[in-house]
Amino acid sequence: MTRVAGLLVLATLLAAAPARAEGTTILNVSYDPTRELYQAVNTAFAAQWKAKTGQSLTVQQSHGGSGKQARSVIDGLEADVVTLALAYDIDAIAKSGLLPLDWQKRLPSNSAPYTSTIVFLVRKGNPKGIKDWEDLGKPGVSVITPNPKTSGGARWNYLAAWGYELRKTGSQDKARALVAAIFRNVPVLDTGARGATITFAERGIGDVLIAWENEAILATRQASSKGAFEIVTPSESILAEPPVAWVDKVASKRNTTAVAKAYLEFLYTKDGQRIAAKNFYRPRDPAVAAEAAATFPKLKLFTVDETFGGWAKAQEAHFADGGEFDKIYTGSR
Amino acid sequence: MGGESRPGPVSRHLDEPRAVRIALIGGAVTFLLAFLLIPLAAVFVNALRDGLGAFFSALAETNTLAAVRLTAIVALAVVPVNLLYGLAAAWSVSKFRFPARNVLITFIDLPFSVSPVVAGMIFVLLFGSHGLAGPWLADHDVKIIFALPGIVLATLFVTSPIIARELIPLMQSQGSDEEEAALTLGASGWRTFFHVSLPKVRWGLLYGTMLCAARAVGEFGAVNVVSGHIRGRTLTLPLHVEVLYNEYQFTSAFAVSTLLTLVAVATLAVQAYVARRADRGA
Amino acid sequence: MARRTIPGFGLSLGVTLAYLGLFVLIPLSTLVLKSSQLSGEAFVRVVTSPRTIAAFRLSFGASAAAAAINLVFGVLVAWVLERYRFPFRRLVDGLVDLPFALPTAVAGISLASIYAKNGWIGRWLAPLGIEVAFTPLGVVFALVFVGLPFVVRTVQPVLRDLDPEVEEAAATLGAGRFTVFSRILLPGIAAPALTGFVLAFARALGEYGSVIFIAGNMPLKSEITPLLIMIQLEQYDYAGATAIALVFLLASFFLLLLVNRLTHAYAPAPGVREA
Repeated sequence: MTRVAGLLVLATLLAAAPARAEGTTILNVSYDPTRELYQAVNTAFAAQWKAKTGQSLTVQQSHGGSGKQARSVIDGLEADVVTLALAYDIDAIAKSGLLPLDWQKRLPSNSAPYTSTIVFLVRKGNPKGIKDWEDLGKPGVSVITPNPKTSGGARWNYLAAWGYELRKTGSQDKARALVAAIFRNVPVLDTGARGATITFAERGIGDVLIAWENEAILATRQASSKGAFEIVTPSESILAEPPVAWVDKVASKRNTTAVAKAYLEFLYTKDGQRIAAKNFYRPRDPAVAAEAAATFPKLKLFTVDETFGGWAKAQEAHFADGGEFDKIYTGSR
Repeated sequence: MGGESRPGPVSRHLDEPRAVRIALIGGAVTFLLAFLLIPLAAVFVNALRDGLGAFFSALAETNTLAAVRLTAIVALAVVPVNLLYGLAAAWSVSKFRFPARNVLITFIDLPFSVSPVVAGMIFVLLFGSHGLAGPWLADHDVKIIFALPGIVLATLFVTSPIIARELIPLMQSQGSDEEEAALTLGASGWRTFFHVSLPKVRWGLLYGTMLCAARAVGEFGAVNVVSGHIRGRTLTLPLHVEVLYNEYQFTSAFAVSTLLTLVAVATLAVQAYVARRADRGA
Repeated sequence: MARRTIPGFGLSLGVTLAYLGLFVLIPLSTLVLKSSQLSGEAFVRVVTSPRTIAAFRLSFGASAAAAAINLVFGVLVAWVLERYRFPFRRLVDGLVDLPFALPTAVAGISLASIYAKNGWIGRWLAPLGIEVAFTPLGVVFALVFVGLPFVVRTVQPVLRDLDPEVEEAAATLGAGRFTVFSRILLPGIAAPALTGFVLAFARALGEYGSVIFIAGNMPLKSEITPLLIMIQLEQYDYAGATAIALVFLLASFFLLLLVNRLTHAYAPAPGVREA
C-alpha cells in the first residue's frame, strides 16, 4: 500500500518536473549583496542574447559570502562566471588552475565594471552623531560589520577604516588602534554583508552599520523601513572594485565561453551600466555616471593599491592567520 | 513515547496538595509555552503578516516550487534506504549476540554525535575537486558535491540512526518468542519476517520512518555545506528559507517555513495516533 | 536468544556493515586523513588556539546549561504529564516531540524573531536588562528547544511503570508526600533522567541550524564550534577545520558511549514499548 503510494508520488514528481529547457544555462557565482542587481541583469541580457543569436539563455545564480563562494568554486561548483567582492578571491580560484593568473587584465577597468564604496548607515536622526571613522571607535557606540574572515565586504570595511587613519596620520599604530577600537564596539559578527544589514536593519542591533554603499542605499529604500535610516558619508573612503571573470576551465568544458564573455561584456554596455546604477553601484561609464550623479554622494576615494600595495599584501598582513585582524581578536577579550 | 492517560492516583493520600499540583502544572505548561508553543505560533503569525494573498504567492513562486521538488526527491531517496538499513541493523543487533555487538551499536549511533556541519564537510573532503575521490570524479564528469547526489549522501548520513534507534529497543524488549514459534511450525525465514516480525514492530517502524522523513526534509547544516546554493537547482526548502530571510523577504521566509512546520505537525499527529494504537495493543 | 535458530544473521549483519562502511565510516575517515596532514605541532596549535578554546567552551558550556535546564523541566513535564489530568494534556504531550520534527532552520529564525529586542518575548526582557538574541543566553535558549524532548521521553515510560504499591506502602508507614517523592520516586527516575540529560547534551553540542540565527557569532564570545569549523572551511583552511572537527567529534562520541553504558546498566532501555 505504502509502496504504491510512494510510486505514485514519484511519478507525479517526475511528471511535474519542468521540461528540459532548450538553450543554454550558465551559472553566475556571486557574492552576497548582488542578488537584486543580477536579477535585473539576467533578465535584460537573456532578452538581448535571444534577440541577437536566437538562443534561449538561463542564467542561474548562487549567492553567499565572497570567500565562501570562491571556496565552493575551487571545490567543484561549476561556475561559468564569477562575480565576487574582491580580486583576491578570484585570484585564489585562479591559483587552483580554473582560470589564468592574469585574468584581471582581460576586461576593462581591472575587470571591475562598476565600483562601490563603504559608507555608514545610522538610525533616523543620527542619535549618536556619527560623522566620520573616528566616531566608530568611540566608547558607547555599537558598530555592526560582518566578519572579515568570511565576508568580502567586511574586508573592504576594515581596510577603509585602516586606510583612512593611515592616510590622515601617517601612522600604522594609530590606524591599528582605531580599527581595534572599532571592533571592540562590535556586538555581532555576521558571516556575510547581507546578514549584517539584516542584523542592523531588522533586528535593531547597533548604532551604525558599516556597509557597501549599495547595501546602505537599498536598506533605506526597503518598504519595511522607509525613513528609519540615514546614510552618513565619511570624508574619505575606499574605492571598492568588485571584479568579474569567466572561468575558463568550466566554460570551455560546457561550451559556454562565448556567452559567458558576452554576459560579462554586457555589464560594460550602456544598458548594463544603467542597471548597475539603478541598483546603486557606481557605473564606470562617464555618461551614465553623470546621469546618476544624484544618487551617489561625493567623497574622496583611495584604492587598495595606493594605500596597501595591493590585495595580496593586504590579505597577507591583515587577514591571514596570525595577521592584524587575528591579533585584534586575541588581544581584546 | 506519548503517554496514554493513566488512571488517577490510587488513593487520596498519595496525592500532592492541590496547590502544589497546580503550581507544578503551571510551571510545566509555562515552560512548554515559552519554548514550544510560542516559536510554533511565531512561524504562522509571521507568515500571515502580509495577508493570505502574499502567503500563497510566496508558496507558488518558482524557486519555492523547485525547492519543494528537490526536497521531496531527497526525502524519497533517503527514507527507503534508511528504512532497509534500520531494519537490518535492528535485526542483527537485537536478535543475536556476538562479540563486538556493543561496538556495532555505538557505530550505528555514531552519526548522531557528528555535527551536521561536519557531516557535510566530510563529503566535500571526499568528493570535492580537491578531495580524495575528486580527480577520479572529474575525469569521469560525475558531479556529486554541489549537486543532488551530494545532498542525498549528506542527508543519508545525518538521518541514518533514526529508524535503527527506534527499532532496536523495541525489538529487544519484544524478544524472539513469536519468531521461534513460527520457525518451529515450519515457516521460512522470510515468511517469518514479513508475517511475524514486521507486524510486531509496525508502529515503531511507522513512527521512525516519519521522523526520518521529517528530519530529511528539514536538514540544514549538512546540506548548507554541500549545496552550492544554486537557486532553482540545489536549494532545499530549509536553505530556501535562509535565502529568503537574507533577502529581506521575511514574510516569505516564514510562509515557506509553514510548509516545513506542517510536515512536522503531521509527524506529531501520526506519532500520537501510533501511541494510542500501540497502547491499546492493536 | 540463540544465535542460529533465528535466521538472517549473515544477511542483516552484512547489510548493516556494508551501509556503515560505505556511508558512514569511509566519509568519516576523511576527517582523520585530512587532519593528519597537519604536523602534530600545528594540530595542537589549531586545537588549542584561544578562539578554538572559546568556541569549545561556549559549545560545551551552553549545551551543558541547556541540558541541565531540560533535566529539571523535563522531569517536571514528565511528572505532570503522567500523574495529573488537565485540559489539553494529550495535545501538550504530543507537542513535546516538536523539536524532533521541526527543521532546525525554521526553529532558528522563529527563535531569533521572538527573542530579538523587538520580539514577542525579547521586548519584555529588554527593560529588565536581559538580552537573549546574539548573546550566549540566546544560544542556551535555542539549545533548550533542541533538547527538550529527550529527558521528558526517557522519564515518562519509567514513571508510567512505577509500581504504586511502593508509594502506598511508604505512605502507610507514615512518610509525607515530599519524603515519598525524594526517597522513593526520585531515585527511580534518576537513571532515565540522567540518560536524557546526556542525550540532550550530545544533541545540543553539534547543533547548527537553530543556533546560527540567534548567536552573535563573535569570535571569543558567542561563536559556537560548528560555526568556527564553517569559517575555517571558508578560509580554505581544511586541515584546521578537520582538526577542530575531529577533536569535537571525539568528545561527543565519548558522551554517546557513556549513554550506552547507562542504558545497559539500567535495563529496560528507555523508550521501550510493548507491541
